[in-house]
Amino acid sequence: MLRRTAYSLVALALAGAATATACGRSAPDQATAATARGPITIWLSNNAQEVAWGKSMVGAWNKIHPDQHVTVQQIPAGKTSEEAISASIIAGTSACLVYNTAPASVPTFEKQNGLVPLSDFSDGDAYIQKRGGALTDQYKSQDGKFYQLPWKSNPVMILYNKKIFAKAGLDPEHPQLATYSQFLKTSRTLVHSGAARAAIWPAPSSEFFQSWLDFYPAFAAQTGGKQLIENGKPQFDSPAGRQVAAFWRKLYSEKLAPQEMYPGDAVNDGKAAMATVGAWAVSAYKDSVDIGVAPVPTAKGKSPDDTYSFSDEKSAAMFSACRNRGTAWDLLKFSSSAQQDGKFLEATGQMPMREDLTERYPDFFAKKPLYNAFARQAEHVVEVPNVPGSVDIWQAFRDEWTKSVVFGDQPTDTGLRKASEKISELLDEYGDQS
Amino acid sequence: MTNLRSAVTAPRAGTAVVGGRGPAEGAASRHRRLTTRTGALFVTPYVLFLLVVFAIPMVYTLWISVHRFYFTAPGTHADSPWVGLSNYRDVFTDPVVGRAFLNIAVFLVINVPLTVLLALVLAAALNAKIRFRAFFRAAYYLPYITASVALVAVWQFLFGSDGFVNHLLGSHAPDPSWLVNSHLAMPMIAVFVTWKQLGFFVMLYLAALQNVGKELYEAASVDGAGRIRQFFSVTVPGVRPATTLVVIYAIITGANLFSEPYLLTGGGGPDHASTSPVLLMYQKGIEQGHPDFAAALGVVLVAFVLVISLAARKLTERGN
Repeated sequence: MLRRTAYSLVALALAGAATATACGRSAPDQATAATARGPITIWLSNNAQEVAWGKSMVGAWNKIHPDQHVTVQQIPAGKTSEEAISASIIAGTSACLVYNTAPASVPTFEKQNGLVPLSDFSDGDAYIQKRGGALTDQYKSQDGKFYQLPWKSNPVMILYNKKIFAKAGLDPEHPQLATYSQFLKTSRTLVHSGAARAAIWPAPSSEFFQSWLDFYPAFAAQTGGKQLIENGKPQFDSPAGRQVAAFWRKLYSEKLAPQEMYPGDAVNDGKAAMATVGAWAVSAYKDSVDIGVAPVPTAKGKSPDDTYSFSDEKSAAMFSACRNRGTAWDLLKFSSSAQQDGKFLEATGQMPMREDLTERYPDFFAKKPLYNAFARQAEHVVEVPNVPGSVDIWQAFRDEWTKSVVFGDQPTDTGLRKASEKISELLDEYGDQS
Repeated sequence: MTNLRSAVTAPRAGTAVVGGRGPAEGAASRHRRLTTRTGALFVTPYVLFLLVVFAIPMVYTLWISVHRFYFTAPGTHADSPWVGLSNYRDVFTDPVVGRAFLNIAVFLVINVPLTVLLALVLAAALNAKIRFRAFFRAAYYLPYITASVALVAVWQFLFGSDGFVNHLLGSHAPDPSWLVNSHLAMPMIAVFVTWKQLGFFVMLYLAALQNVGKELYEAASVDGAGRIRQFFSVTVPGVRPATTLVVIYAIITGANLFSEPYLLTGGGGPDHASTSPVLLMYQKGIEQGHPDFAAALGVVLVAFVLVISLAARKLTERGN
């Protein structure tokens, strides 16, 4: 009797499991999907201006392609877009195109078999390289293929609040921010005068991506455009890296940058006088902050045209759950055409990944001169290295950074050395697996 | 119609039982079968629930923990080679894991005794006939049913570097401040969780106190015991089973700590000062794409909770 009951329960469990499996998404047939056309869904970030552009772009597409209807949605909520996208790959529910793919996550998405190589389209490489020019090389994956279209950048610069500078007795039109000593002196004036609680307030927390807004722009500027890893070796345990770390340590130790996260936007709330952010912030702050822009400082100062920074680039990528990849590829080209890039620039102020921005869109830059600095900076940007284990590598760096630079629990040189050793181990480990 | 009593009663003297089971025994057997089937039918949904939500994931977790594994898109192939105890070796040699377990130990050392002490004292007070008793009972229960996110805002208002407490303390405020201080972050979280969950444990103790006989207090009183003596000699032994429950429940919830360090200290605090094993599982498994490491860590955490809970049970039931 008991045995029979147990068999019944097992049968029921198996039936339940089978039903659950049947309800899951199956993978599309690769060969059929490659050229298929029909309705697709795309995801955008939740930036209000970007969503408005996306709706308008999709509206224009749908008008001329009624048989290939495109639905636009915002990326599902999550702590980061990368987590939401990763979860959707595993569940087989990702959109055909996601216009907010972080290059650092591309190796992970590749490993999850989540991406469609754009190089497999007959005109894939040619289109990507023609649009982005020399900037596109750093977005190729290790197998030589493009799994992402470098779409837009938000080159990181120093944004400052002119009113706070004036309140501290500083000249807001000619801020002294080019060298480390100038930056520190200005920061001391801002905080000690009581004009702002903090001179600058990047997130001091331990998430792997936070180094893209404090260390990495300064490292790119100081080294004239080095990546974190080049030729399979970490580059930051060097005189330039040590100068950058010492500079940031000084900001934290003198309480010019707080060690605690601000639960909001410190610049928008008038708590911090400066921020390291991209061009998106200009339109976001336009009603609340009178903004000035300056390049990232270096030890001895460089002319703005020679100063590199982090791109904070986001790519558009096609995901393997897509069943109508012919339509998705055509839409990707349509949405990154010169005309749509112009509309995107106009709507969001973010820089399409093109080399000739100021010549191609002269009216926009004449009308909004504040963006000229970002357009010039967009030509001198550094991307995160496209290597397997990218997220682990950045996490290893961040752990040592917070310990040494943010909290001073060990010398900054020791922190950089330890991070470099750990990252070398990770590179070997991932190299062995490939 | 056969009723239950007649069905289970032995055959009366003189009743023929030659050649097999008699009618009463047959009826009893039929009834047992019916009862068993009906029972099985009723428990099936719960057994299915246990299988799908607990048993299958547990087995799958064990399987992942001994393979090199990562999640892939459905219908695509990825090798998951057997790696034996390699993931466990990584877990035991990772200094962040050690720090996370140390953090949990600090948490439990503060949280569990504080919870037991405060909950029992408050329950005893709220069990007495005091004015506004219903109000106080609700007041202590309120944080428990309020979302952690909302309570975190209160805690940050109090203990942020610009917070109310630091304003009161002035130059005596700790530097770095409470939630970013590597020595204070975990104790702050332990106190926060104690405060948040206290209402639930007070309620458990209040229920337990209903079973402590009034005559015991009267007898103690007659013997000359004062209120404090009565508390230690009558109340504490009287609610010992509840104390076991409170301790084990507090250990399990403490070992599963996630949202508080995630929300209060920005995901682990300075130098992993408030990283918990579950937070680390999330970071490794979800953020960094190493579900195999996370699975091994999860298995180690389950073993840790079992050992600590059994030890706590032995300790609290000692002398019974």
